[in-house]
Amino acid sequence: MRAFVVAVFGFLYLPIALVVLFSFNAGQHASEFTGFSVQWYGKALSNPFLVEALKNSLFIATTSALLAAVCGTGAALGLQRVGARTRALFDALLGAAIVVPGVVIGISTLVALVQLFAVLNPFLASLWPTDQPPRLALGYGSIIAAHGLFSMALVTMIVGTRLGSLDRNLVEASSDLYATPLTTFRSIVLPQIMPAVIAGFLLAFTFSFDDFIIAFFVAGAQTTLPIYVFASIRRGVTPEINAIATIVLAASVLLVLLAQWLLGRRKPSP
Amino acid sequence: MTAVPDIEFRAVTKRYGAVTAVSGIDLAIPPSAFVALLGPSGCGKTTCLRMIGGFEQPSEGQVLIRGRDMAGTPPYRRPVNMVFQQYALFPHLDVEDNISYGLRQARPRLSSREISLKAGEALAMVQLAGYGRRKIHELSGGQQQRVALARALVNKPAVLLLDEPLAALDKKLRTDMQIELQNLQREIGITFVLVTHDQEEALSMSDFVCVMNGGRVVQLGQPSEIYDEPADLFVADFVGKTNLLSGKVAAFSGDLVDVALADGTVISARKRVPLSRGEAVSVSLRPESLSLAALGGGSLKGVVRNRIFLGSTAEYAIEVPGIGSLLAKADHLIGQGNLFKPGEPVAIGFAAGAPLAFPVANNSGTNQREDQHVEILS
Repeated sequence: MRAFVVAVFGFLYLPIALVVLFSFNAGQHASEFTGFSVQWYGKALSNPFLVEALKNSLFIATTSALLAAVCGTGAALGLQRVGARTRALFDALLGAAIVVPGVVIGISTLVALVQLFAVLNPFLASLWPTDQPPRLALGYGSIIAAHGLFSMALVTMIVGTRLGSLDRNLVEASSDLYATPLTTFRSIVLPQIMPAVIAGFLLAFTFSFDDFIIAFFVAGAQTTLPIYVFASIRRGVTPEINAIATIVLAASVLLVLLAQWLLGRRKPSP
Repeated sequence: MTAVPDIEFRAVTKRYGAVTAVSGIDLAIPPSAFVALLGPSGCGKTTCLRMIGGFEQPSEGQVLIRGRDMAGTPPYRRPVNMVFQQYALFPHLDVEDNISYGLRQARPRLSSREISLKAGEALAMVQLAGYGRRKIHELSGGQQQRVALARALVNKPAVLLLDEPLAALDKKLRTDMQIELQNLQREIGITFVLVTHDQEEALSMSDFVCVMNGGRVVQLGQPSEIYDEPADLFVADFVGKTNLLSGKVAAFSGDLVDVALADGTVISARKRVPLSRGEAVSVSLRPESLSLAALGGGSLKGVVRNRIFLGSTAEYAIEVPGIGSLLAKADHLIGQGNLFKPGEPVAIGFAAGAPLAFPVANNSGTNQREDQHVEILS
């Protein structure tokens, strides 16, 4: 039994450990370790295509996570005020959205966007005064929208849980002490749910930064970091890829740990 | 005198779906009184308090604060403040920010100097001077209670609402806070409305007790009235300890009725409502109105089953054949040797006016009071 557990964890983490190890390899090949070096990190960061992909990923992750944090929090707040049945239905739909495979989300988002553009572009053109109307196309915007939409479900769930454990008496006490609903939200509710909102943002950021499948479908001509890595793997696994993977891994682990810490901190008092 | 009552209920009914929590209450609470809403859980007392605070809207009728109809007025525009059962202190703010929360909402704005001055005074009032920068979770239950009080009182409300504020404290602290609350109310002179299910607390702290049952006001009066002259069987049983002896009306003699008890003994009792001959009644006899003597006189005879010695008093459980177990309470006089032992036969006597007879047919006795306006304005 114990050997079995060791084997499972070995299969899970050994490849990751190897990637990290070989990112510090001095040699050219991913198969033999010839000495310690950080040269591949330097090479990776001086590769203009890679840096471009990294910038794209950072921009998309930040924007979509912000979008998800704001809209998801709004949705969670709204769901507080609906009836128990509607609430249960929405909770189920949120859960479903999170477990739907990335491929399905990718394809359906792509189809939906293409259809939407097909309708909107002629409409925009008819409104535009000049000959060169803006054309909606796949790219930054569509990745941000797709990631934001998916992460919104995540944020809504996390913030909703926090709101559920928020003491209703605090809201009533604030109202009793002459605070208008807006002031109550600003000075009582928001500070109480802020850790959940930030944790949701961080998880959304991590998701977007790491996501390959959805981005691959809707990216159009844009390249994100995971797409770049995927593309360059066809030219063979170089220690440069290992270096990128290690950077992404470190950043992701850090953000997820931070989110966990925020969610685990002292809950609002009973 | 017809001063405007601080709080007035006019035919207030509150329904939650099919459930009626409060049913047609008329009530006027005079200025500067300490009033307790007393009743078992589910009697509607908390709903009444929440309707004053504005957290619930009456389904029918009006709630008036200082003569103004509060229909449609949200909690943040009502001149009342509430001390919540679990205090509901804001965990992310320190003590002083909790206390000054209400002051900060004032328009036109108060200067920050004024705010911190008032908050300081409020802290001193509840004997927590110097605790302003403490975190809420660093305080004990009793201290949190005081902060909740200060946070409400600092706004100088017309009425202070207290929702079972002492329920979470241990007995010693609770007694201290009872005295402190009484003193505070007298010092500040505003109306306190206290919701409690603890009859001792209601009797000991308040000027007026409003006993509620089943969504109605059953009786409203000074604590001694409630205890000595309970309006019905429910009040007699709920407030204080009492012995209830069942019997039938045998005869009338002036204002009194003669009740034949189960064992055939006839005792003379006062009545609160008209009774008819042969009607089944329950006679309430307070334990302290019973006097015990070694066999001799006395209308009831029994045997001591248990003795609970409490120092200044002793309580006895006495088995009376044909009637059941009675609780008697006697002062313990040092050196008089007036303690009875278990197994000893005793004669039970009582003062002529002590027994009170109530009809048993209507269980809460509220029917005949239904359209009676309860008024305690003096």
